[in-house]
Amino acid sequence: MAKVPVQFTLNGSEKAEFIDSGTTLLNALRDKIGDTSPKGGCHQGTCGACSVIIDGELRLSCLTLAETCDGAAITTTLGLAEGGVMHPLQRAFLDTFATQCGFCTPGMIMAAKVLLDHTPNPSRDEVIEALSGNICRCTGYEPIIQAVLRAARANSQNAA
Amino acid sequence: MAIRRGRGVAAINYPTGMNLGGDPTQALVHSTPTGNFMVTLSSVDLGQGMKQIMAQICAETIGVPTDRVVVDTADTDTGPHCMGTFASRGTHRAGNAVIQAAREARQVMLEVAAEELEVNASDLETDGQGNILVKGAPQKSISIFDVALSAHFKRGRSISGRGMFLIPRSYPEKETGAMKPSTCYAHACTVAEVEVDDETGEVTVLTVKNVFEIGRALNPKMVEQQLVGGSWMGISHALYETTEPYYPNRDHGGTDFNQYLMPGPGDLAETKIIVLERPSADGPYGAKGPGEMCANPQIPAVANAVFDAVGVRIDTLPITPERILRALKAQAAN
Amino acid sequence: MELRKNYFADVRKDDLHEIGQPRPRSDSPGHVTGKTAYFADRSFPGMLHLKMVRSPHHHARIRSIDTSEAEKHPGVVRVLTAKDVPHNVYTILILIQIGPEDETVLADGKVRWKGEAVVAVLAETERAAQEAAAKVRIDYEVLPAVFDMEEALKPGAPLVNEYHGQNYYLYDSGECRKVRFGDVEAGFAGADHILEQSYQSSPIEHAPTETTGCVVAPEGNDRFTCYTNTQAMFFTLDNTSIILQMPGSKLHFVGGTVGGGFGGKVDVIVEPIAILGAKLTGRPVCFIYSREEEMQISSPRAAEKVVIKDGVMTDGRIVARKVTGYTDAGAYSRHSPYGAQKGAGHYPGPYTIPNVWIDTYCVYTNRTPSSAMRGFGVTIGDFALEVQMDKLARLIGMDPLEFRFINAYRDGDMKAHRQPTEGAALIECMQEASRVANWPVAEKYMAMSSYAKGA
Repeated sequence: MAKVPVQFTLNGSEKAEFIDSGTTLLNALRDKIGDTSPKGGCHQGTCGACSVIIDGELRLSCLTLAETCDGAAITTTLGLAEGGVMHPLQRAFLDTFATQCGFCTPGMIMAAKVLLDHTPNPSRDEVIEALSGNICRCTGYEPIIQAVLRAARANSQNAA
Repeated sequence: MAIRRGRGVAAINYPTGMNLGGDPTQALVHSTPTGNFMVTLSSVDLGQGMKQIMAQICAETIGVPTDRVVVDTADTDTGPHCMGTFASRGTHRAGNAVIQAAREARQVMLEVAAEELEVNASDLETDGQGNILVKGAPQKSISIFDVALSAHFKRGRSISGRGMFLIPRSYPEKETGAMKPSTCYAHACTVAEVEVDDETGEVTVLTVKNVFEIGRALNPKMVEQQLVGGSWMGISHALYETTEPYYPNRDHGGTDFNQYLMPGPGDLAETKIIVLERPSADGPYGAKGPGEMCANPQIPAVANAVFDAVGVRIDTLPITPERILRALKAQAAN
Repeated sequence: MELRKNYFADVRKDDLHEIGQPRPRSDSPGHVTGKTAYFADRSFPGMLHLKMVRSPHHHARIRSIDTSEAEKHPGVVRVLTAKDVPHNVYTILILIQIGPEDETVLADGKVRWKGEAVVAVLAETERAAQEAAAKVRIDYEVLPAVFDMEEALKPGAPLVNEYHGQNYYLYDSGECRKVRFGDVEAGFAGADHILEQSYQSSPIEHAPTETTGCVVAPEGNDRFTCYTNTQAMFFTLDNTSIILQMPGSKLHFVGGTVGGGFGGKVDVIVEPIAILGAKLTGRPVCFIYSREEEMQISSPRAAEKVVIKDGVMTDGRIVARKVTGYTDAGAYSRHSPYGAQKGAGHYPGPYTIPNVWIDTYCVYTNRTPSSAMRGFGVTIGDFALEVQMDKLARLIGMDPLEFRFINAYRDGDMKAHRQPTEGAALIECMQEASRVANWPVAEKYMAMSSYAKGA
């Protein structure tokens, strides 16, 4: 099968790969590039575990063809910590005990990050809306909602 | 046509472990040369936090801070046998095995410390911070770091221990059913408040107030995780979940998260969790298994609340709007 | 969450250093940074993908299987059928002597549920495996199927599973597990009211966000390393050893970091066939359920039917309880005979009742085999018991919570399965629930204790 070249930045580093046409971004990231932080929970866009940020927007990498990401800037949960220091969202998820099995966590953090990037002080309803595309089977969601609200508070305190 | 409110209660107990099948788990504990401790198991962490809890149990038993314990689990080349993570058995069974192994390791540690301090091992105690002290004379002490170094390089002792916990299998008596299904039971009582729209049949769970008795909350924040998530799952079972909506008809089974319904973050009931602790006689530090039973009482509590609200019994799960409307229609016809 | 330390303070010492402390979870930093390695996060060069060809019928005889077109499909490396599996007929609980072996790894001559695995295709890519699977031709003779437990138990019903010979699991106690305590008929005869009610559930899926699966790598030393999300490492290793007739020393299982289980990952389904594939091809193999397979192929919580007949006095005492429980095992046993038996040990619930009769049946039907799930053997029983308690209370005009206090078990009470109650705490849970839910009960109930009467 003919390979297609694709180039994008992943968490700030340039990546160039030859992929099979039709490869999802999820499979390209996991199998070709080795970033396994996006998870494949359904491969059909219903669970949110594969969520990544493409050019500032939340996207389901299992429904995104890698070849459509040429020239894009992609962020995954693996790239959030800077210099070994966790992102405030990651810190908040830890502090509120918002992870159990952890499989949905990277997708949840991606969804939360896009929310806070656009809406630094979200209401509870806005947090719920932002997380509503992500399935968690362990936690009952409440600790995750609390984590996002906590990260937002931490951000606003830092800004003040 | 109106929104009607109701509330319901349910009380339950739940067995820890699977005595009806034989129920063994083993653990190994050893110290590194600098006095850190490794726990080796083959138990599986499903997300409930097995690794963290076993570290805390080992740390408590040895007398060191939890961050000096590392749990290496679920590698069959290194970990001794564990029956598995199910039947609310993980914390109870593996925890007991870890305690036994850690006690044996602690005893060797104290013997080496006794040789170094030239006292009897029985006169020593740990301070929980990484030191071993002479009882009544705490100025006479040695760090566990130094004890481990001595054991490894001077005394030729292995600071290690083996743990095995087995509840012998109970075979039910054929005619009477006499059996011992479990050695300890967790308990719960839930009160649920609902609103039922008698026009659409839709149920909204407003609040669930759950009281759980779990023996001992080994790590309260992790217990809370389990109980909050379990309470959510119980409500989900009560109102939404099925792979065969028209059982026993095999058709119409959901194949993805769009068709298999569960409450999302926007559908949460206000949830209260209260925990009581009556330590079990044979639990690790009194713990029982809370992981399964926490999802049980919400189901009947919601069912009873629906009846309280609209006066119809839905005795078939899940309690769907369709079932409620059919029951209301039948009630009106009578 | 609030801890109520005032309860049971007399039997508990709160003098511990590490236990009872909300220490941070050691695995959470891995979760939030995306670094935690789940089984599917490992891949190996040359890894093959395994896809199953599944039965489209609920019950059918297999007349023939033609894999020739599938084998020619580009990228296909190997196609497996029943004859490739050394010990094809197995049952998980054989390790604790709960037989008979009643399930095939790959269907041999017959399929007994819609979705049953018949042929395994191993190919270079997932897509090639899927396309080739669609080219396998299987000629079926459709047989009558039975889906309803009561129909299945009737004489003349289609036989679901020949290894059992009848549509129920045969315990040493006969067609059901029995508990007999006191004289239930005498209890009914002396009761002020009798209430018999029936409760029903349907299968429920664990729905973990991570689907069931494994990745197998053949090692250079004739061993196989299997990265798996099983809930039970040695259960899986030992059953694999039996199925593949391979010494356990050749098998190395690595797991313990699972994306949710809830009981759904205690079956031994994906590992043996994936390891067989790795053995026969010499290549790494991954076999990961699709979301659809997780929803409809992996074992659900069993559907149950529970019939409860109670004799109750107007003063609130339950004097007799008869429970008949039916667990829908689907086409194969897996853990269901155990679950039905666990139900027998659980009824009549946390109440002290002098006359009890319990029968629990494990019934076979032509549906997806069920297995363990959170609350195995108990969850649906508790739904039935506690709705029944509510109905009984209303029948005699009593407050439902007070009614439970009257019947609640306490230390020393003899249970129906003839174990004295120890460590009871139901009463205290209800007392606290009364307080937090503002559901007042009479003072005498708030003064009760689970401790033995007179102690």
